[in-house]
Amino acid sequence: MTDMTLGPIARPARGGPLAVERPPRPSALSNALVFGWRAVLKFRHVPEQLFDLVMTPIMFTLLFTFVFGGALAGSPGEYLQFFLPGILVQTVIFNSVYSGVGLCTDLQKGLFDRFRSLPIWSLAPFAGLMVGDLLRHGIAGGIILAIGLLLGYRPEAGLPGVLGAFLLLFAVGFGVGWVFLVIGLLVRTPMTVMTFGFTFIFPLVFASNIMVDPGTMPGWLEAFVRANPVSHVTTALRGLLSGTATAGQVGLALIAPAVLTLLLAPVVLALYRKK
Amino acid sequence: MAQGHDLAIQARGMIKTFGTTRAVAGIDLDVPRGMIFAILGPNGAGKTTLLRMLATLLRPDGGEARVMGRDLRADPDGVREVISMTGQFASLDEDLTGRENLRLLARLWGFRGLAARDRADSLLAAFDLSDAGDKQVKDYSGGMRRRLDIAASLVVTPGVLFLDEPTTGLDPTARAGVWSLIKGLAQGGVTILLTTQYLEEADQLAGRIAVIDHGRKIAEGTSRELKRQAGSGMLRVTPALGSELDRAAAVLGRALGAAVHRSAEGADLSVPVADAVEANWALSALVEEGIEIGDFRMGQPSLEEVFFALTGRPGAQAGEAQA
Repeated sequence: MTDMTLGPIARPARGGPLAVERPPRPSALSNALVFGWRAVLKFRHVPEQLFDLVMTPIMFTLLFTFVFGGALAGSPGEYLQFFLPGILVQTVIFNSVYSGVGLCTDLQKGLFDRFRSLPIWSLAPFAGLMVGDLLRHGIAGGIILAIGLLLGYRPEAGLPGVLGAFLLLFAVGFGVGWVFLVIGLLVRTPMTVMTFGFTFIFPLVFASNIMVDPGTMPGWLEAFVRANPVSHVTTALRGLLSGTATAGQVGLALIAPAVLTLLLAPVVLALYRKK
Repeated sequence: MAQGHDLAIQARGMIKTFGTTRAVAGIDLDVPRGMIFAILGPNGAGKTTLLRMLATLLRPDGGEARVMGRDLRADPDGVREVISMTGQFASLDEDLTGRENLRLLARLWGFRGLAARDRADSLLAAFDLSDAGDKQVKDYSGGMRRRLDIAASLVVTPGVLFLDEPTTGLDPTARAGVWSLIKGLAQGGVTILLTTQYLEEADQLAGRIAVIDHGRKIAEGTSRELKRQAGSGMLRVTPALGSELDRAAAVLGRALGAAVHRSAEGADLSVPVADAVEANWALSALVEEGIEIGDFRMGQPSLEEVFFALTGRPGAQAGEAQA
């Protein structure tokens, strides 16, 4: 088969046509940027993943606004004003599962073996995961916000409020992402990362103030919801978008991402180095 | 034995334990520069574990090694500068195109912008993948993936190329292609350490072969030396009736007091003999038992028979590659 005619090409060493002068060793930053570039390429090649990212939040937005909105807040429009910041939080938290899934896929496919046998900065691959997260959260958040605007949502704090809100969302995604990186390093298949992830996330997201004010809940649940970090994030985000946020609210919202990062980043690095 | 500085790999007492299993239980290895060296053994013998330790992917629990003169423990990053590793499963990003995979690695090695693009293009051309360069790797055939995988290991020319079962799962044509590729690389001066469970592959490619079983090296030498270890000669007998194979094996074993090996295809028996007199004796024993002999011949043992003689178990077959 001519497909496999390799002929004279297979002489890459000294003097062969494939011989090449070794470039100087690149910096850690350069390595990290290459992995970021990989994340962008992946996004370009797999546009379908956009569908996975925004389908559920779009359905939630439409369903809750038009089906329950009137009953929950008097009118769909008023409910949307309450719900949209919450659905942004939910979207980012759900979508932070993807870097763990991606890490698990790369490990399973042996891709990380190649990366780790290269003389590069050993943590550079994580930079790619973070760029992927930023892209996902930015794009998914942007789409949800755009749909919200079409349906009549108005962020009273204007552009600065929206920018502040997205910064908070990135911080939350960054913090929650560590949970899935740990799972991605521990389990064997990407599907399991998803399953584990959602088992952990569902109760936290639903038992929060994303969809309704906890005032109507039974006492024990209300206590849980008020302490739930997801609720703190949602409160801060509502505040940022409407221009009423206090430093205390934002500070409370940032506690969970900060704690997750401090606790889990060393675990991720230790697991990764041990693999 | 070669001097230290002539060796691409010098390993002493390599040990790796997983839980209570000793995957590699104290292996020494001397691989001269520029040689194709094969590590031959069945599944689970410890081949991959040994390779992964030498490629800095696994930390050894014991022993020491130098790769191109660089110490594996003290200077793993130095080792990474002079090696390339092609794992058992194509380690490529399936979502990206072949060209993008190569550009990614070229940039990680320090080629910038245009230089990285040029490097990817010349590798694609060299591996006959130019036309497929802009296809996503998930649409590649097994042979194409393997070629891209090896190309990815040659972004800069390594001192030592590790190949973990380079042809497992390939069809015979693709396998032959990868073999000629490996031979060409060695001619260009790259030292190659490969693992295989195919005796035919080791026989075809390797200047030296280490046979590994249960984490230990049980033999090492050139293909010819290993064959000599199995005995001076082999008598191969094909009974006229396939149904008499078992009985014929029992008779031969009794007559010569040696283990009788049944070929992969199951039609012949082979048994080591010292000389023609012994062979004659064995054949007469068959005739006396009334077993009709379809065919017989004397010859050097095959690697498969060597493996059987060394381990008491049949080796894996080259499978479809024998076609």
